Amino acid sequence: MASPGKSVAVKAPEPPAELVRESLVLNNRSLGWITNAIAGVCEKPMPIWWWPAFIVSVGGMLTMFSLIAYLVSTGVGVWGLNHPAAWAWDITNFVFWIGIGHAGTLISAVLFLLRQKWRTSVNRAAEAMTIFAVACAGIFPVFHTGRVWFALLPGYLLPAPNANAIWPQFRSPLLWDVFAVSTYGTVSLLFWYVGLIPDLATLRDRSKGVMRRFFYGLFSLGWTGSNRHWSNYEKAYLLLAGLSTPLVLSVHSIVSFDFAVSVVPGWHTTIFPPYFVAGAIFSGFGMVLTLLIPLRSLFKLEDIVTLRHVDLMCKVLLATGSIVGYAYGMEFFIAWYGGSPYELYAFKNRAFGPYWWSYWAMISCNVISPHFFWFKKLRTSVVFVWIVSIFVNIGMWFERFVIIVTSLHRDYLPSSWGYFTPSWVDIMTFVGSFGLFMTLFLLFIRFLPVIAISEVKGVTPQADPHHPLGGAKGHH
Amino acid sequence: MNSNRSKPHGLLAEFHTAADIFEAAMRCRDAGFTKWDVYTPFPIHGMDEAMGLRKSPVGWFTFCGGFTGFFTGMTMIWYMNKFDYPLVVGGKPLFTPLYAFPVSYEMTILLSAFGTLFGMFFLNQLPKFYNPLFKNERFKKSTDDRFFLCIEATDPKFGTDVTRTFLTEKCHAAVVELVED
Repeated sequence: MASPGKSVAVKAPEPPAELVRESLVLNNRSLGWITNAIAGVCEKPMPIWWWPAFIVSVGGMLTMFSLIAYLVSTGVGVWGLNHPAAWAWDITNFVFWIGIGHAGTLISAVLFLLRQKWRTSVNRAAEAMTIFAVACAGIFPVFHTGRVWFALLPGYLLPAPNANAIWPQFRSPLLWDVFAVSTYGTVSLLFWYVGLIPDLATLRDRSKGVMRRFFYGLFSLGWTGSNRHWSNYEKAYLLLAGLSTPLVLSVHSIVSFDFAVSVVPGWHTTIFPPYFVAGAIFSGFGMVLTLLIPLRSLFKLEDIVTLRHVDLMCKVLLATGSIVGYAYGMEFFIAWYGGSPYELYAFKNRAFGPYWWSYWAMISCNVISPHFFWFKKLRTSVVFVWIVSIFVNIGMWFERFVIIVTSLHRDYLPSSWGYFTPSWVDIMTFVGSFGLFMTLFLLFIRFLPVIAISEVKGVTPQADPHHPLGGAKGHH
Repeated sequence: MNSNRSKPHGLLAEFHTAADIFEAAMRCRDAGFTKWDVYTPFPIHGMDEAMGLRKSPVGWFTFCGGFTGFFTGMTMIWYMNKFDYPLVVGGKPLFTPLYAFPVSYEMTILLSAFGTLFGMFFLNQLPKFYNPLFKNERFKKSTDDRFFLCIEATDPKFGTDVTRTFLTEKCHAAVVELVED
């Protein structure tokens, strides 16, 4: 332990110039500037564009809820799915949304454990996106059961005694999915909330209005920034990150078991868990970029969410996109190498059968588009990145459609082949789920800090008591 | 102490930089205070050592949660699918830890996370909506860009004048007195 009085304000020797890292917050912004810039977003009235965006989103959300009411009151036949494609847009949408969620947990947990400090500028919005995406995802499997009251009754999905005294069947991956997705939603929410507590205290201390003061005060739980609290808080945050990392890997693995454990050609493959996880991270980062690129310029947060952040996220897209491309190739190879005629047919049918257009949409969006990011110029051109991120979102939706529908519509028996087309209810329910997602996200912008204030401050040089900007006097 | 005045809570010192509060924290630790704390807008790296705090015991709560979760999952599945209502599916074993693993794994994580969160709340005594610190207007800056150190009146080494001198002269801080109702 340091000897009293003498060891204070020791400054480490300066590292060589090539090892000095670029500051994460540009233009040497002060701690107070960071508070004002981020807290200002949700304190000032929303800009004009927010209202039309909000109204359109709420309209979409209400459309979805009305169509769900129509589905529940009429029957699952209002959707286009039927034998042999008994899973179609519903499960495609479920896997699409749950996959998007994965980037949030990856940024907040995995990058935290890897000490990637740049995550602090993007983790809050990415975690919010995760929770909202899981909320959208949950709707589809619940309502695809048709008579939803049976699904929600005790004993079918939830382990509680029912009238026939039969318990749920735990050998089914569908039931594993119930536990995986609900745990994922809950833990993501806890992690997000823990991160929010110090920032809610900042908003409490700055708020003028009675309502805001009350609610921020209530949810910040009386946080003072005490170091005795920070000590436990940081340990808890580290542990939650450590728990979320195996969780995020398990969730999409278990989602892939829904397919891989069956014996349908095109589904019954061991590559599915890693392939699904990589795809999920790919789609999630696509959505993070789709949301953050407009957000940073609309709210003038370019000094906090910098081009370097965009650049790094594009590298993640490139890496995961390459894994996805590799998995597409390997699936084809194993279909040929495995020697099963059904498996080989399933893959030929994907590329050249009646759904060829969905397969090639998937290939062009997911395999080709990430490879633009080998070039730094393209990785730092925000408009280009934004457009590619949209293609990634589209491509990943098509991937799930290809896996689900093209495998189901032609399996072993040609007599039971069929062709699925979506009904207008299918289409509008999916469009409406974007309304729900955007409504939640716009409300998040309106009421909560979109960037983790205390975490961004923590990675500035001013936060380091041994750095000259942190006030260190320093005797060399 | 004048009995007409409200009970003193302690002395609050304000600092402008991370280095200043870091230095002051080491001085307080070395002066042997026990009922004191620093308040910062973000966790300062190395402050736990500067204050002489022990390692946070939150991990034990996580462990207990995880342990409970795993065994609850395994026991629940054994009870439901083998003991209470044996369910034969495809001639597979009525219970093996293999098929019970995914659900038990998720239960482990779920209850570990709850253990961590509520363990942290318990150790930090949160929520706590009344705090004499909140009565000080300057203290609102503690969640913005200022750093505070409070030595409480209940500290055995506390003496209003001596401690004030210590904080102003040794730690070079602006000091105010806090009171409780």
